[in-house]
Amino acid sequence: MPVEQITFWLFSAVLIASALRVITARNPVHSVLFLVLCFFTAAGLWLLLEAEFLGILLVLVYVGAVMVLFLFVVMMLDINLEPLREGFVRYLPLGILVGVVMIAQLALILGPGHFGEEYYAMPERAPADYSNTEHLGQVLYTEYLYHFEIAAVILLVAIIAAISLTLRKRPETTNYQSPSEQVRVGKSDRLRIVPMDSEKRE
Amino acid sequence: MMEAAITFWSGLPEELRIVVEILAKIFVIVVPVMLAVAYFTYAERRIVGYMQRRRGPNRVGFRGLLQPIADALKLLTKEVILPANANRFLFFLAPILSLAPALAAWAVMPFQDGWILADIDAALLYVLALTSLGVYGVIIAGWASNSKYAFLGAMRSAAQIVAYEIAMGFALVGVLIVAGTLSLGGIVHGQSGGILHWYFIPLLPLFFVYFIAGVAETNRLPFDVAEGEAEIVAGFHVEYSGIAFALFFLAEYANMVLIAALAATLFLGGWQSPFPEGVDGIHWFLIKTAIMCFFYLWFRATFPRYRYDQIMRLGWKVFIPVTIVWIFVEGVAAWFEFGPWFS
Repeated sequence: MPVEQITFWLFSAVLIASALRVITARNPVHSVLFLVLCFFTAAGLWLLLEAEFLGILLVLVYVGAVMVLFLFVVMMLDINLEPLREGFVRYLPLGILVGVVMIAQLALILGPGHFGEEYYAMPERAPADYSNTEHLGQVLYTEYLYHFEIAAVILLVAIIAAISLTLRKRPETTNYQSPSEQVRVGKSDRLRIVPMDSEKRE
Repeated sequence: MMEAAITFWSGLPEELRIVVEILAKIFVIVVPVMLAVAYFTYAERRIVGYMQRRRGPNRVGFRGLLQPIADALKLLTKEVILPANANRFLFFLAPILSLAPALAAWAVMPFQDGWILADIDAALLYVLALTSLGVYGVIIAGWASNSKYAFLGAMRSAAQIVAYEIAMGFALVGVLIVAGTLSLGGIVHGQSGGILHWYFIPLLPLFFVYFIAGVAETNRLPFDVAEGEAEIVAGFHVEYSGIAFALFFLAEYANMVLIAALAATLFLGGWQSPFPEGVDGIHWFLIKTAIMCFFYLWFRATFPRYRYDQIMRLGWKVFIPVTIVWIFVEGVAAWFEFGPWFS
């Protein structure tokens, strides 16, 4: 078996196993760490597809930033799992229904009738001097410019919304420091030299 | 003998030869890096010692040169203690997660023209991704230790690294705009022609932001609130002893050398000589890296520790706006093909 296939099966197996552990792990911190492993192996699979830019970006954005904050929050919360498990049997039929619908939808798209080598040609191997990053940048700023700009505006709106949600008025009594004022302060603002005559010891 | 070795070598299957070759290259990179890390600790104690008008370690070997080896031996022979109710697997995984990215990032470092393990296209992104992974070692160590001080250190470190990574990423976007490539070798080639062609001149604010953010990312003074000896004992690695502690120590210093080497590569021309007609070579890379490493020690001996809210303010309210403004300035400079850099 060629090295590429061994790598593919290895990464896929790790990906599926860790994805299962995300939902079965008892400790939420373990779940988050398995999710990190999921992202990491998915990035490895993308590298196999010669999509190195997306693969590295997945690690940079999701593993390096999003999951760090996730872990941060999960560690701070003292989650008691018992009340969460209480309704398990009651909601099981609904859960199974949702799961079956999702699997059916996936099967409709990815089933052998629509998805296979006859329908999608095997991607051609890129030449050695092909740069994924450069190509992506070129189409993003020419062909897909509007999509890109719309996505940027949506992100901007999301940023403003997030900031305005967390913005709250502090009570008037809160003391603030103004660092620029602290830097600008001079000797004359803080120190008063009082001239005094020296006195004799008795 | 030689011929027998050559025929044996060419008789091996190709995959095996590639694997052996890459392993040999990794060995050639990692051993000097680890030696540099060991003697960086020695240099730190000596230099900071002289800055504080004392001598530093000078007893083991000639002028104390064997001190790092003695320290390593001492740590190796100490017992590794697992705290009560600690998560055993994660507790021992954390130091490995801390050291591995620090070493893996060296794979794309160009030491000299052609001296590079993996000349990948997206090298700059790869480095940024790996340096952002180092925080997992800190967070997991803090959580798995089952200790309040360790947990506080981990929380502080997570917030700090997320804040400074954005500024660092924006500073590297500046380099990307000037160089027009993500490959580290290509970035160094773009700076050929003497010191006036190096990128630190058009990118001076970004250079400062990058290096200060690097100091913050490696949890070094004056940004070492994750350790904060005076407040939370030793922060995230307070429960670690022996070889597990040594791994954290190695990771911290390997990251420092990495940030210094990256600063030398991205802003100071890498292996290129500062004189237009000078001889290029690995010695220039090493000299520049050593100078940047020295700044780390100089900061440590000079500045008092920042308060936590001051660190956050500096990262979010000063560095990120500075980098964004400078990226706009660069855009204008690139449009007008300003100077020898943007052509």
